[in-house]
Amino acid sequence: MKSGSTLEKVIASGKPAVTAELGPPMSADGHEVVKKAQLLKGFCDAANITDCQTAVVRISSIAAAAIAFQNGLEPVMQMTCRDRNRIAMQADLLGAAALGLKNCLCLAGDHQKFSAAGKLKGHPGAKNVYDLDTCQLVGVLKKMRDEGKQEGGDPLEVAPKFFIGASWTPMGDPIDFRPINLMKKVNAGADFIQTQGIYDMALFRKQMEKIRNMGLHEKTAILAGIIVPKSAMMLKYMDSSVAGVSVPKEMIDRMNKAKAAAGEDKKKMRELQEQEGLKITVELIHQALETPGVKGVHIQAIEWESAIEGIVKAAGLYPRPQV
Amino acid sequence: MIVGSQKPIDEIWNMVKDKKKVLVFGCNTCVAICHAGGEKEAETIASLLRMKASQEGKQMEVSHLGVMRHCEPEYFDPVMNDVTKFDIVVSTACGVGVNFLSDRTGTVPVVPGINTSFYGAVEAPGKFKELCAGCGDCILHLTGGICPIARCAKTLMNGPCGGTNKGKCEVSNEIDCAWYLIVERMTKLGQLDKLAQVQPPRNWATSRDGGPRRISLEHIAEYEAKEEAKAGK
Repeated sequence: MKSGSTLEKVIASGKPAVTAELGPPMSADGHEVVKKAQLLKGFCDAANITDCQTAVVRISSIAAAAIAFQNGLEPVMQMTCRDRNRIAMQADLLGAAALGLKNCLCLAGDHQKFSAAGKLKGHPGAKNVYDLDTCQLVGVLKKMRDEGKQEGGDPLEVAPKFFIGASWTPMGDPIDFRPINLMKKVNAGADFIQTQGIYDMALFRKQMEKIRNMGLHEKTAILAGIIVPKSAMMLKYMDSSVAGVSVPKEMIDRMNKAKAAAGEDKKKMRELQEQEGLKITVELIHQALETPGVKGVHIQAIEWESAIEGIVKAAGLYPRPQV
Repeated sequence: MIVGSQKPIDEIWNMVKDKKKVLVFGCNTCVAICHAGGEKEAETIASLLRMKASQEGKQMEVSHLGVMRHCEPEYFDPVMNDVTKFDIVVSTACGVGVNFLSDRTGTVPVVPGINTSFYGAVEAPGKFKELCAGCGDCILHLTGGICPIARCAKTLMNGPCGGTNKGKCEVSNEIDCAWYLIVERMTKLGQLDKLAQVQPPRNWATSRDGGPRRISLEHIAEYEAKEEAKAGK
C-alpha cells in the first residue's frame, strides 16, 4: 500500500470504487461541512473536498477535509496549482499528511475569472500562481512520498504518504491529444484518475479503447466522472458551455419530456426532472462500470449531496466494501 | 517589440496638474509603431493637456519632444539639458524608458504617459498580440514556436487543461488555447512525440522572480574601452 487509504484499498480489492464530492461553504461554518459529511458517510469510499472550485473563496480543502475526516468520512483533499507556489504546496501537503489525510487530487484549477460568474463579485483581478502545473505537482507528491525528498531535494524525515490523483478530461479539445495528456499524468505518478463528467458514453468508450491499447488502465485506476443532472436546462448548459462535456440530444429530449409531463406545475417540473436525472445517473454509472478499464465512478451531485445515498443504493453499490 | 497603450488623459492630468512647465517626451521606436507613445502621440497628449489646463484655468506651459530611443543614453544625451528645465516629464516611452530616464533627471520627476503592456507583434494593422513573456528560459523548440508561458493563461508546461473549448481558452472564447495551437503545430511538424515528455518544474529564477535581471557582455565592454582609448578620450 502506498497510502493505506480506504480508496486505495477498495481499488486494490478489485471492487468498483465510489467517490463523491463535498463542496465546502463560502463562510467559516464548519457545521455545514459536518452536515454534508454525514450525508455522504457510508455511501462512498472517499469524497473529494473541492479546493475553491470556480476560484470562489471557501473553507480550504485541507481544513474541510480534516473536519470530514474527524467525522468519519474519508476525504480526497484537492490541490489546485492556481493559488500556491511549490513552497506553500509542499508545506500544505506536509500539514495535510500530519492531520491524517491520505488522498490528494492534483488539479490545474479554474481560472480566477470564474469567481465572478453569476451573482458573485469574486476575485477576477487576483494573480494566479502556476509555479507548477498538474503533471509537475503529481511528480512532486510522488517524489515526497517515494523518495522522501522535497522538490528542491532536501530530505523529509517523515514522508507524506498520499494516494495521488489527477483529473482527466477524456473528451476535451484537442481530443486526439487527451490520451497523451493522461499518459503524462500517469507517468508523473498518478495512482488514480477522476474524469470530467461523462454523458456521451459512446465517445468515452472510444477514448477508453485508446487508453487500454496504451496499457494506461493497468497503471492507474480510472474513475469515470458522473455529474448528476438536475434539469434539461442544466444538461443544455453543460453541452453548450462546459469544456470537454457533450450531452447526447436524446438525453436532453428525455429530460424535456419529464419536464413536459408536469404541465404548468413548477414544483412538479423540478421533481420530475430530478427523478429522471437520478435514473440517468444510475444508467450512466452502470454503463461506465461496464466499460473495460474503468475501476470506479466519481459521482458529483453538485450542491445536492443528499442525492448520493439513493443513487449509490439504486446502482447496487451499497453497502460499500469493508476493507 | 514592446507594445503599450496610452493612459487616459485624466490620469495623466492628475500627475501633472500642479506643475507649471510640463514636457511630454516621446520615444520613436516600439511604442511609436503601436501608436501609443511616439513623438506624434506626445504632441497630441501635449495639446490635450493644454486644453485641459485652459479648461481648469491653470497656468501651464506644455511642450513635446521625441527621440529615437529612451533605452540608450546616446539618443537622449543631446537633449538632456532641455529636458531638465521642465518641472515634470511625461514619458510616453515604455516602462524601460521611464525608469532609465528617471535615473538621469535629478530632481525632475518622470511619470508614465502609457501603460506598457507586453512583448508582441503586429498581427494586422492596428492589432497587436502578445507572443513572448521574456521568461529567460526559452522552450519554443519544444512547443512548435508557440509560447505557453506568454500565451496560456495558466502558463502550463505539459499540455492543455480541462478548460479548452472548441480550441478556445476558458478565460474567453476570443482567446485561442495556446496548447490547442501547440498540439496542432507539433502534429503538422511530425513532432508530437516531443509533447509526450513530462516537463519538470521550471526554474523561475530566470524570470522576474529572481529579481531584476542583467546581462553583461565583457567582450563588448572591453572593445568599447579600447576604441575610446584609441580615440584618445
